[in-house]
Amino acid sequence: MTYESPLRRPLITGKTSYKQITDDIAGPVEAKPTKWWTYGFAVSFAALCLYLFSVGYLLFTGVGAWGLNKTVDWGWDITNFVFWVGIGHAGTLISAVLLLFRQKWRTAVNRSAEAMTIFAVVCAGMYPLLHAGRPWVIYWGLPLPNTFGSLWVNFNSPLLWDIFAISTYFSVSLVFWYVGLIPDIATIRDRATGLSKTIYGVLSFGWNGSAKAWSRFEVVSLVLAGLSTPLVLSVHTIVSMDFATSVIPGWHTTIFPPYFVAGAIFSGFAMVLTLLIIARKAMRLEHLITLNHIDVMCKIIMVTGSIVGSAYITEFFIAWYSAVEYERYAFINRAFGPYWWAYWSMMTCNVITPQLFWSRKLRRNLLAVFIISIFVNIGMWFERFVIIVTSLHRDYLPSSWAMYSPTWVEISMFVGSFGLFFTLFFLFAKFLPVIAIAEVKTVVKTSSEEFIAETAKKDGIKIPVEVD
Amino acid sequence: MKNKYLLGFFNDEEVLMHALEEVKKETQAPIHEVYSPFPIHGIDDILGYKRTRLPIAAFLFGCVGLSCGLGMQTWMLGYDWPMNIGGKPYLAWPDFVPVSFEFTVLVTAFGMVGTFLLACGFFPGAPAKIPDPRVTDDLFCVAFNASAIGDKAQAISQALKHHGAIEVREQEVEL
Repeated sequence: MTYESPLRRPLITGKTSYKQITDDIAGPVEAKPTKWWTYGFAVSFAALCLYLFSVGYLLFTGVGAWGLNKTVDWGWDITNFVFWVGIGHAGTLISAVLLLFRQKWRTAVNRSAEAMTIFAVVCAGMYPLLHAGRPWVIYWGLPLPNTFGSLWVNFNSPLLWDIFAISTYFSVSLVFWYVGLIPDIATIRDRATGLSKTIYGVLSFGWNGSAKAWSRFEVVSLVLAGLSTPLVLSVHTIVSMDFATSVIPGWHTTIFPPYFVAGAIFSGFAMVLTLLIIARKAMRLEHLITLNHIDVMCKIIMVTGSIVGSAYITEFFIAWYSAVEYERYAFINRAFGPYWWAYWSMMTCNVITPQLFWSRKLRRNLLAVFIISIFVNIGMWFERFVIIVTSLHRDYLPSSWAMYSPTWVEISMFVGSFGLFFTLFFLFAKFLPVIAIAEVKTVVKTSSEEFIAETAKKDGIKIPVEVD
Repeated sequence: MKNKYLLGFFNDEEVLMHALEEVKKETQAPIHEVYSPFPIHGIDDILGYKRTRLPIAAFLFGCVGLSCGLGMQTWMLGYDWPMNIGGKPYLAWPDFVPVSFEFTVLVTAFGMVGTFLLACGFFPGAPAKIPDPRVTDDLFCVAFNASAIGDKAQAISQALKHHGAIEVREQEVEL
């Protein structure tokens, strides 16, 4: 048994029991969908239809339907690709890195954050797939025995590394998530009747909760966490190398890998907060996803936001310090050129807003956190837009300078990708437990409000009263 | 196959752990298995389970993944069809790091999870061999194989009750 100081803030508030936790989390899965779920799902599904329509149009017409031109040949497509991949990173950070650091608060949020990772990577993966122009021959990117000529794929190219990184990230995250789900699906199986018992029975893989299975399960989780931690760092590092290994001023910087990884975690946590603030309210899980959970996530946003902010400033300084004319121009053009509004939106949303989280009051004010998390999402989208478009639109040859603006196809694909993401998330929230039931039960004896009060009484410690 | 088991049910994992220690001391009966809704730390020692060898399997899978990834790239770009890319070396080792790494992670993760499922006998649609549906909810259960404990059944059942079991019963069940 571990000893937890009663001075630590509780992770489960109010009275609780193992039975209560099962009921609270499995309840929404077993009940009929609520009114809000139905509305939310309908809106998401409508957006998904828009996505399917615009993707269909794109495939029928060709990539020319996008607003790209010979100067700006990466636009919203790659912006949105990097945006969605980044969002996924919080899930892996919460489930893997925080597991290695034995952070107990992760138990309430890991499941939904991991689901978010998978859905975000699905959204992300679609962009390079479609950008390739002929997605039906995308397997040419794999090192297959070559019947189309005699060449193998070029393993020196970061774009090829990306294919391996993203597909490995997707499949390993999916496996990690599913292994964690097995015991909880078994819980639902043993409460269900009829057809749903059969379905959850098949999905539960025959989990029996024996001590032997648990002991192996824990080791598997730990090793998967150990694998996912370098994996998540490698994924956004490789994404950043798509830019950093090129010779485009504004891209060709060694700071990119750590700066992209920090930015990814920053945006991912913002998305987790946006979703969880709604989900905890809609599914009445406020006693399991408490203000303390939101508080710590805000702190992570503040730290990663500060790393991103210092990276922006470092980048600017180094551009000047390098004394390379082109490098200097790229950055001056970013801040004061025709896309100045994108640059300053990015700076405001990503550098200034996270600093508001120094205030404890704001970290524990749900409305404020919700609004700031949306600002961070917007800011991080602009970061990718700024890096991609402003670096490309004025290149070495002024006669080929050009401006870029998206067509309706790009806009509806971006709006629609939220439809894809939220449709998957709504389905997940309805049919699978959104909180890891078994994992939350393991912290009842150390971190629930009831238990902490008991220990404090026994040890004669007075818990300071906190006013939220 | 169904067998006869003596099942003791508890509603708290600490009470269960204490009871198991006491029952072991009093009767020296071999415990078949313990079922719980979440992992109980320290129970492996009471049951005498050795540390799982899954990490060794993971390491071996990792070695396989790494050598496959590195070997594939070396063979393809170094021997099978070398490509001159801007006059750079054919075997550019640093460039092979990312793909080799991803291969290692991929093979390790899938290999380890596969081994785990195989070792536990879990697969999609496998029958759930549980003593009671509530062991995945809020009930903790210890099972003794009736044929292994022989005439100690009475003593064990009394000891379990004495140390806080909420229910003790004999049951024909597949575990």
